[in-house]
Amino acid sequence: MGSPANHDNVASLATDFYSLLESFKETPFYHLLFEIFLVLTVLWLILFRKPRRIEKKLTEKEKQELIDEWQPEPLVPPVDANHPALNVRVLDGIVGKTIEIDGKKSLNFATFNFLNFVGNPRITDKAIQAVQKYGVGSCGPRGFYGTIDIHLELEERLAHFFNCEEGIIYSYGFSTVASIIPAYSKRNDILFVDEGVHYAIQKGVEASRSTVKWFRHNDISDLERLLVEQDIHDKKNPKKARTLRRFLIIEGLYMNYGDLCPLPRMVELKYQYKYRIFMDESVSFGTIGQTGRGVTEYYNIDRRKIDLISSSLEYSVGSIGGFAVGSSFVVDHQRLSAQGYCFSASLPPLLAAAAIEALNIMEEEDTTLCDTLMEKSKRLHQKLLDIKGYLIVGEDISPLKHLRLTNSQNTVARLEEIVEFAQTRGITITVARYLNDEHRLPEPSIRLILNVEMTDEELEFLCTVLQEARVKVTV
Amino acid sequence: MLASSSSKLSHATLVHRYPPSKLHSEEEMSDTVFSSDENEMNYKCENVARKDDENLQCEEFEETPLYAAILTYLSYAILCLFGWLRDFLRNSNIEKKRGAVDPNATLGFVPLYQSYESFYTRNMYTRVRDIFNRPIASVPGAQFELTERVSDDYNWTYRYTGKTINAINLGSYNYLGFAEKSGPCATDAINALKTYGVSSCNTRIELGMFQRTQRYHVELEQLLANFLHVESSIAFGMGFATNALNIPAVASKGDLILSDEMNHISLILGMRLSGASYRTFAHNDMKDLEAKLRAAIVHGHPRTQRPWKKIIIVVEGVYSMEGSICRLPELIALKKKYKAYLYMDEAHSVGAMGKNGRGIVDYFGVDANDVDILMGTFTKSFGSAGGYIAGKKSLIDHIRVNSHSNTYASSMSAPVVQQIISSLRLLKRPEGQKRICQLADNTRYFRQKLVDMGFIVYGNKNSPVVPMLIYMPARVTRFNREMLRRGIAVVTVGFPATKLLDARVRFCISAAHTRQMLDTALTAIDEIGTDISLRYSTRHKSRRLREL
Repeated sequence: MGSPANHDNVASLATDFYSLLESFKETPFYHLLFEIFLVLTVLWLILFRKPRRIEKKLTEKEKQELIDEWQPEPLVPPVDANHPALNVRVLDGIVGKTIEIDGKKSLNFATFNFLNFVGNPRITDKAIQAVQKYGVGSCGPRGFYGTIDIHLELEERLAHFFNCEEGIIYSYGFSTVASIIPAYSKRNDILFVDEGVHYAIQKGVEASRSTVKWFRHNDISDLERLLVEQDIHDKKNPKKARTLRRFLIIEGLYMNYGDLCPLPRMVELKYQYKYRIFMDESVSFGTIGQTGRGVTEYYNIDRRKIDLISSSLEYSVGSIGGFAVGSSFVVDHQRLSAQGYCFSASLPPLLAAAAIEALNIMEEEDTTLCDTLMEKSKRLHQKLLDIKGYLIVGEDISPLKHLRLTNSQNTVARLEEIVEFAQTRGITITVARYLNDEHRLPEPSIRLILNVEMTDEELEFLCTVLQEARVKVTV
Repeated sequence: MLASSSSKLSHATLVHRYPPSKLHSEEEMSDTVFSSDENEMNYKCENVARKDDENLQCEEFEETPLYAAILTYLSYAILCLFGWLRDFLRNSNIEKKRGAVDPNATLGFVPLYQSYESFYTRNMYTRVRDIFNRPIASVPGAQFELTERVSDDYNWTYRYTGKTINAINLGSYNYLGFAEKSGPCATDAINALKTYGVSSCNTRIELGMFQRTQRYHVELEQLLANFLHVESSIAFGMGFATNALNIPAVASKGDLILSDEMNHISLILGMRLSGASYRTFAHNDMKDLEAKLRAAIVHGHPRTQRPWKKIIIVVEGVYSMEGSICRLPELIALKKKYKAYLYMDEAHSVGAMGKNGRGIVDYFGVDANDVDILMGTFTKSFGSAGGYIAGKKSLIDHIRVNSHSNTYASSMSAPVVQQIISSLRLLKRPEGQKRICQLADNTRYFRQKLVDMGFIVYGNKNSPVVPMLIYMPARVTRFNREMLRRGIAVVTVGFPATKLLDARVRFCISAAHTRQMLDTALTAIDEIGTDISLRYSTRHKSRRLREL
């Protein structure tokens, strides 16, 4: 079994070990310390030291070679010479209910002239008076002597019209909503945005750098799904959730689709899930509701439940610019933090005067402008439904409708042929144009816009022409 | 922070000290008056030739004196202290809470504003709010009417008394004096209103087949291209939007943008929206720019190491807060050497600088085609509204196709366009030349007098934007209110529009100002400057106006 040999081995091992220990006791202290330090260094080298990246140290000659070799791309890529934006023809005269093109008059169903204020003599007179008092430009931003008393008057009138506490005006319709959204919603805040919103809102959402959650166009159940998801997420981290603001960005009447948003249900959800509603009523201001006060009037909802209503002065009112109305608490913040308001020149006074006069006309006692517009829209909708082969997108009361061809025939080229044919018959319509980087590019369509002064015969004529056009194009 | 601010400001390219007598001996124009209401200009432009023999890039940025810096920080500290005290009083209901209240506050909504954001608004801005946003009731010409407003509750609310105050306007951007309510431009604008109405309610490319655009729009773009000596141009309805919506059309992901650190916020917004990477270089510092250019080309994208697709340098012609002018000849040399592209924002310089009013390109006498993208606005020198981009035809075509404004925003209003066309036409005639000369003279006179009195004035001596440093917030407010009491309206800016230390008053000289108006203003500045000790300059001796 060899146990005596083993015993011997163990014994010798023990003796060796013992003598090792004895030698430890005899070594000087500094020697021990040095050894321990070496051991620790080796351990550190093996375990903790990250391998150093070999840095590229280029010589000056190499750098110069790189600089000489580098070729940038051309500043802009070549463009298609046939793009519509480059083939522009000139037009003269007022673009009102009728336009004169190449000497011939045609009915205008293409511009956003809902209440036919373009060329209105009362408005033009007031604008002329403004030029004679204030000149043309305002020569400064609002903070530095660019606030003219006519701006203050317009803001008060707009707030009064909507029965809100305060209003604020901007000098450009596109910049209005694109400046408003980033003023309130910052990085990490949550935006629930309808997919069908128009481009200016998309840019505002992009500029805000917030977390965006898109929901399918006008689909309340999709919105609820997102809200529930967010709620679950919040419950996991309630402390963080208390610092994140939530906003719902919608339009009253969607420009790209012509349909109304389901506002009542959204307001209910607002109080349940605690988000604030910013509604853009560019198209529905002056066109929807008994007196043109928009979707809130149509659905009979208290306007105080909507945190901010933004809109444009470029459609029904026939001027230039944009505005927002709401409670003072919300609106006043923009005066210091909306970029398009603080860092841009203010609205030229003549355009503000024109807007005030347009509001005067809209607020007159016996006016039935908006009512008439809704009625005519309904009638037009009926007539259009009677034409075979077209798909009408939009509400019946909406004065803005999108026309598409049915099935796979709906291409931009065919729609343009329809537009061309209509022009020869004396009707001006347009294909809706979009840039390619829209979040969700709408399908090609013809955007029909109804002017309140159009007579029934003219609407009939439009339908006749559209029918003939379709037959010609799809043959 | 103190050290860094002084090092940034201590560079001065060439400091020209004008001995005072030189200016006075050539002063033969003190009696002629440029009338903004009538159209007779009996002023002879005698000083155009002088520009050629002086250094065009002479700029001065004097360092902040130490005691001013300390006192400024102290002022802000005291203001913060009082702010906290007042907030405490308000929160414990000892003091009444003013200001609007969130209607959703009690319902469990997340607060709309951070409390620290509104700290500044509640406690500092509101106390001096009356010096900003002053409404006017007349044309913003050389003299205008301010509506009088009083506050009974320390600026939380205002009450309009119905009276107006007549004041000399040193605050509006009216460089060539085109803010007029009568005269050829105004008459043309009124005619345009009668012919075309106020607006046409459509975008530029959506009017039936073969997109139709208004004749005046096309005319404006051609006239502008001729004026600037470039191939083509395109005009938009808003200057801010021109930058913010068209830089994304030119730059995209994979590009590098090098922008001056003092660039306007519209340029920064455009750069952010474009998706390109952007870096800043020190203000007007060509060495720093060159170093950054070299580093960018050599190393490429910091993460992927791929070379940049293209590099764009973004500068402004005249910087509106600093009064400095970009160094265009050096920029063009750099751009050619490193094959970068140059974007110049001439918002404040088109019309106002240069012998013929063509902007910085004219001022330095370089070829306009060397600047790849020229951008400008019509608000400042043309008395209208809107912006433009000018350059080669290929660039403008690309912008026409891809611009957000062209596709989605309304086309410009007819009277606004007509005002620009009329003022452009006027600039080519002798009357326009007189305006340009008068502006140049007014600028040099005003700046020279301020510097001689011992105030710190930033910027190039030819730039019509004259920032004078005041530093302390309380002095800024006092200066503004005192000037108004003497019938002069000025613009004072502080944090956050400028750096914390550098609160200033910014004078905007106009061709419509007469020598008399400038003298009135200088007398007032002299008095107030003595009263509240604004003569900080150590490079120039402090003197009273009567001694000059």
